[in-house]
This record gives sequence, structure tokens and C-alpha cells, in this order.
Amino acid sequence: MVKSGGSKTSRHLGWAWASPGLIFLTLFAAIPVLSMLFMSVLTAGRFGGVTTPINFDNFSRATDPIFVKVIINSLLIASATAILSLLIGFPTALFISRLSRKWQVILIVAIILPYWTNFLVRTYAWLVLLNNEGIINKFLRNIGLIDKPIEMLYTPAAVIVGMTYLYLPLMILPIYAALEKVDKNLTEAAFDLGSSAWKSLRTISIPLAMPGILIGFIFVFVPSLGNFVVPELLGGGKTVMIGNLVRDQFLKARDWPFGATFALILALILVVLISIQSYVSKRVNVNA
Amino acid sequence: MHKRINLSAMVAVFVIIFLYLPITAVVGLSFNQSSNSLIWKGFSLDWYKTIWSNEPIMSSFQRTIFVAVVTTILSLVIGTTISIGLNKLKAGGFLRTFSTAPAIVPDLVLAIGLLTTFSVISMSLSLTTVIISHTVFCTAFVVAVVLARIGLIDPSIEEASTDLGASAIKTLFKITIPQLMPSLIAGAVLSFTLSMDEFVIAFFTNGPETPTLPMVIYSMIRFGVTPEINVLGTLLLVISFVGVILAQRIGKVADSI
Repeated sequence: MVKSGGSKTSRHLGWAWASPGLIFLTLFAAIPVLSMLFMSVLTAGRFGGVTTPINFDNFSRATDPIFVKVIINSLLIASATAILSLLIGFPTALFISRLSRKWQVILIVAIILPYWTNFLVRTYAWLVLLNNEGIINKFLRNIGLIDKPIEMLYTPAAVIVGMTYLYLPLMILPIYAALEKVDKNLTEAAFDLGSSAWKSLRTISIPLAMPGILIGFIFVFVPSLGNFVVPELLGGGKTVMIGNLVRDQFLKARDWPFGATFALILALILVVLISIQSYVSKRVNVNA
Repeated sequence: MHKRINLSAMVAVFVIIFLYLPITAVVGLSFNQSSNSLIWKGFSLDWYKTIWSNEPIMSSFQRTIFVAVVTTILSLVIGTTISIGLNKLKAGGFLRTFSTAPAIVPDLVLAIGLLTTFSVISMSLSLTTVIISHTVFCTAFVVAVVLARIGLIDPSIEEASTDLGASAIKTLFKITIPQLMPSLIAGAVLSFTLSMDEFVIAFFTNGPETPTLPMVIYSMIRFGVTPEINVLGTLLLVISFVGVILAQRIGKVADSI
């Protein structure tokens, strides 16, 4: 029982517990992220760092066709990654959700396990596979399908495959979580009533999986869009994404405000996307 | 019906092969005798022996473990105190979102924000700045995990303990923490693994003299496929797999207490 005066003491006590940690997060999370976003209206100092003249020059600089192309390219690659993940992730989640409880657990663990290994190592693994001297080319040559290696590495396709490999578990898990709750009797009833496989998929499984699909799409799209490592290692510098622009402005050109402008653009795209996701998923829930 | 089950089963089999073929290739090649790691010359453990005498790799590995251990301890303390406080405050959406947001903010945005902040307060980049940065997002994960459980604890048990004359500290260690144990273990494993594997934030907030293991791996990969990376990759794989499986076991034991 909370005594009459107790709630006030417990409020004081609550703040006493929470405030040191909240101050830490304010100093090293809130202020850094907000000031970084604000920095885009400042000017680069001569020796790195930033100076005060406040203007919007960086935004007009960012509309240069070269940079617009990079931003569109990044959106295309992140979308392609999310769509590819959905195309192979949805059937996989559907298949797993229909297995016995024991096999569901085994397969879900099998799908998460690679995700827990170092992401540089997982990216590197594709260097080993896609290389001109790599395992896939060697295999194709040995079975006589090709006589000279296919150039697979350092293409946008390699970047998309590499990022799909990195983030596919983030697509499968939410879809599986949504499908797993679906009453199996529902799809069986649909069959018994003569509904075709495609129809029951379209009218039952896909609508019920929709919240999971939307979350999965965001989970894959967000880390893909800001990635600069995969475009560099598997795209060989030929595929430039927003993340590469931010990295280069910060560490090579030392124009921090301009780098912050691209980070702001990145953050805005993500905010818009997440808003769309939450709007659509609310509507889906209302309809269901 | 069977036709569709077969199609999704085929895709699922493909996905499992897709997920395991690349890492299997790395593990397989780590036992390759040849110094050109793409040409198989026979089984050998030579590269595993050379890695122990590779000074840059071993010292970066020690730094990585050091950063991960300190980050885990700090994140557990900060994350748990925030969770206890927010629970006592019956805090609503804003403070909860505020405390878990660093887990969702894109790593690149957090990384350059921290780099800028450290530069503004003239803090030179070192392992300390990496630890602070890692503690920021690991704390968010700890809060997310601990808050999910702390609401389920019956507050009357803590009150009974205080009414019976236990000090606040005794109540914390005898009542609150034991009940939070499964989520504390989960938070610790999460923090340790996330910090150990983290590259982007460390890349921006670390000084050049003290590279962590992911930074060393990154610069090695840029020069192409080498036997050392195959071995390192395999070792990291084994550490992560054992860690995840151990965490599940400990989690089960702690849950049953």
C-alpha cells in the first residue's frame, strides 16, 4: 500500500535513482545528436571543427546533381535490399510458422545465430565467395559453365546481396512473430472451404503478417541506408552511398557541417519512413 | 496445398544455405595451408599458431575485451538505476523513449554526434571516448530489457522488506536485484556482444594509437582476402556462438530460480 505521503517520497526517490543516468544520456546522446543536426547550418573551420556564420549554404551545396544522385542511389539500394529480404524472408517465416514448436525454435535460432557474429566478418565472407578467384567462380568453372570468371564483386548487386545477408534475420523475425500468432485453424478452414493456396495466402497470411512485414522493412532499410562499410568493401568504392559521403566529409574533407548536412538528410528520410510505417500499421490494425 | 508448402520450404532451405555458406567458407579456409587463402593446399593449423604471435591483432583483441567489460559494467549500473527510477516514478512514454532511443538512432548519426561533442569539450579520442560512446547505446539496450521485467515485480515485497527493518541497500541487493536477474544477464550479454563487435562508432570515436579488433579487421579486409582474417573470423564466430548459447542456458536457469 502506498501511504498518503508516500507517493511524494517515492517520486523524489525515483528521480534520485534515474537522474544520474538520464544526465549521462542527455550529455552523450541527446546533446550530441541534436547538436550534430544543428551543425549543418554552420561553416567549416579552416583547420577542421566548425565556426559560427549561420547559413543554409550546405543545403544548396547538397542539391548538386552529384550528391542528389548519391542520395537516390542509396534509396534504391536500401529499397532493393529490403525488397529482396522480404521476397526470401516472407516464405521462410511462413514455412517456419507452420512447423512443430520444437522445429520452430531450432530454425529461428539457426537464423539468428549468424546475426550474432561480427558484421565485418560476415561482409568479408562475401569477398571470399564473390571474388574472381573465389569459391562461386571456381565452382562454375569446374562444372564447365563458364570459362572466364564472372565479375561479381564491386558491383551494386554485390552490395545488395551483402546487405541482404547482413540484415535478413531482421526481416524474418518480426514476420515470424506476426505469423506465429495466427490461428492455424484459420488457414486450414480456408482450404477446407475450397480456397486456393494463393487466395488463402492473399486473404489470410499476408494481411495478418502485415505489421511484421512493415517492421521488418524498417529494420532492414534503416541500417542499409546509413551503411558505408558494405559499399566500400563489396562495392569497391564504385557504389557510393549517403554513409560514404558522411564518412568522407568528416574524416577526409574535414568539412564537418557539410557531413552533418548529409546525416540530417539521412535522419529525415528515416523519420519520414518510420512515420509512414506507424501510420500504415495503425490502419492495418484497424482493418484487421 | 502441398505445392505451396514445397515452395516456401524450398525458399527456407535456400535461406539456410544462404546464411551458412559464406561463414562456412571462411571457417573452411581458416584451416588452409596455403598462404594464398583462396587456393586449397591441404589441412593445417599453422595460421592459428601465427595469430597468437601477431602483436597488433593480440593487443587490439585485449583492448576490445577491456572496452567490452567496462562498457558492460557501466551500462548495467546506469541502465538498471534508470529503470528502477523510471519504475518508481511511474514515468510515461517520453522518459522511456528518451532512455531507449540511443538503441534505435542510426549508429553513424550517433558516431559523428559524439565525435563532434568530444571535439567541442576538447576530449582527445582514446579508449575512454570509445567506452563512453559504447555505454550510451548499451545503456539503452539494458533499459529496454530491464524495464520490460521490472514492471512485473510486486512492489509489496520491497515494502515488506523495508517494513521489517531492512535497509534500502539490503532491500536492493536481497530483493530487487535477484528478481531482475534474468534481465540483468540478458542486458550484460547484449552489452558485451554489441560492444565487442561494434565498428562504426568505435571507428569515429577512437584514437589512432589504440585500435580495437574490429578496426584492425577492417583495415586488413581493405587489402583483400588473407589467411589471418579467416582465422580471426572463425575465432570470433566461435566466441559469439558460445556466448549466445551460454546466455540462453543461463537465462533458462535464472528464469527457473
